[in-house]
Amino acid sequence: MARADDRPALRPTLSSPLDVERVRRDFPALAGKAHGHPLVYLDSAATAQKPLAVLDRLRRSYLEECANIHRGVYQLSERATAAHEAARDKVRRFIGAEQASEIVFVRGATEAINLVAHSYGRGQIHQGDEILISEMEHHSNIVPWQMLAEERGAHLKVAPMDDSGDLLLPEYEKLLGPRTKIVAFTAVSNALGTVNPAAAMIAAAHRHGAVVLVDAAQAVPHQALDVRELDCDFLVFSGHKLYGPTGIGVLYGKERLLAAMPPWQGGGDMILSVTFEKTTYAPPPAKFEAGTPHIQGAIGLGAAIDYVESLGLAAIERYETDLLAYAEASLARLPGLRLVGQPQRRAAAISFVLDGIHPHDIGTILDRHGVAIRAGHHCAQPAMKRMGVSGTARVSLAFYNKRDEIDTLVSCLGEAQRMFRP
Amino acid sequence: MNPLDDLYQEVILDHQRNPRNFAPMPTANRRAEGANPLCGDHVTVYLDVADGVIRNISFEGEGCAIAKASASMMTAAVKGKTLAEASETFRQFHQMVTGGQDPCFDLETLGKLAAFSGVSAFPVRVKCASLAWHTLNAAMHKSDGPVVIGEIGKEGRK
Repeated sequence: MARADDRPALRPTLSSPLDVERVRRDFPALAGKAHGHPLVYLDSAATAQKPLAVLDRLRRSYLEECANIHRGVYQLSERATAAHEAARDKVRRFIGAEQASEIVFVRGATEAINLVAHSYGRGQIHQGDEILISEMEHHSNIVPWQMLAEERGAHLKVAPMDDSGDLLLPEYEKLLGPRTKIVAFTAVSNALGTVNPAAAMIAAAHRHGAVVLVDAAQAVPHQALDVRELDCDFLVFSGHKLYGPTGIGVLYGKERLLAAMPPWQGGGDMILSVTFEKTTYAPPPAKFEAGTPHIQGAIGLGAAIDYVESLGLAAIERYETDLLAYAEASLARLPGLRLVGQPQRRAAAISFVLDGIHPHDIGTILDRHGVAIRAGHHCAQPAMKRMGVSGTARVSLAFYNKRDEIDTLVSCLGEAQRMFRP
Repeated sequence: MNPLDDLYQEVILDHQRNPRNFAPMPTANRRAEGANPLCGDHVTVYLDVADGVIRNISFEGEGCAIAKASASMMTAAVKGKTLAEASETFRQFHQMVTGGQDPCFDLETLGKLAAFSGVSAFPVRVKCASLAWHTLNAAMHKSDGPVVIGEIGKEGRK
């Protein structure tokens, strides 16, 4: 693997097991307290904590390379441009894309999906066409398609899941047809933790000539992804769930698709020439990056990718899989607790409900013990409805969590049950 | 008392387990719906108002212990009151849960509703306690459209 100049020294080799205590020292926030208790942060699917490597890189960038990019003729601007484009190349390498020009920086996964719906969708979706999504999508992968379908007179189809929260692959395949123009689905469900069979789903969609967008927001922090291996047409994710800053995210698109798509927003930095009669646009990715971008966000995301790669995604996945299994088993042992979603393959998150205690009350009681979880519908109301609940409590894990934090969680849940006992 | 016990007082837990006046009211002459889209909680408040007096009140919906108990205790507190009295109770209750009441205010005035004074120590739960009250307020004033609380930059529609 090529080593960029500003990459932190690789510590363990890629195959070495993850040393959680050592990792935790890279995240000073984890040593903090909440309501007088040690913080137990179990909400990384909402946003991940940031390692010092990212914070240091942001500080250094603002101190040493603070200038606008792609236009300055002076050294500081050249330095900023180089760092920004180096970050783009890190993203390219991280997801296995062929060209850096296939990487468009956006605000986050939501903006990336909206970009595709607007720019690709408006040109390609016509009356009577079909857009296929899944029942477990985050609202960000539902609403933009709904808006597009409504505008174009197209139909939004939904592939169902079973009671365990697994997608019904045969049903999904039945919904694919000659009118299916776009398929959009999540690689990992933020609400249930389901890992979808992305490669099989993409191959099936391609057999019908559909273009596929993969929402990888919950996938990239936990498993290695390769866009060429998957053969997805678009892939989106947010930087802040990958230990990077908020406000930066990524749209990957195959070169020929991005090249044929019209611009989304107009402005500076996305043009070749402007006259009042006609403007010609820059090629991708610049065509989709109007205005001054979130320069330090991109650089910070690059540092986050370096950090994750220094631990190794294989080691991360191994560690997290073990911890998730421990958490799932510990929770399942608690009387009165029902897991919501027990998918065959799980990543990131576990959702559950407790008899007689609303998820928000669970959240408040845990918070007072220093334990941070998410309670509610997780921006996936259709998935909640399918599972027969209005909301759940969700714990989501990262490689900096450890078993004794799960033990604290479980004992605090017991405390909540005692408080609410009739 | 620690803040958690102060929040989940026995009277509140009792009302969330066995909510009072928890049913639709076919004879209602006023009703309003309220929702907090951020958490999915929703409530419908039914009123039977005659001569400016709340002759009957009920609610249905779904929410956390605080939201449910607040709705339940609200119905018990305002049944039989005039609209003006109910509005004044709402004002006092709202000040109490947002921690904005006059230091001289006597909590006793609110009777059992004083059990919700602990909510002010939990800023994110204030909306849970006030959802039913905002909805009642809308029903009393025959406001059009559902009450939506939890909007960014707004504490709640008055």
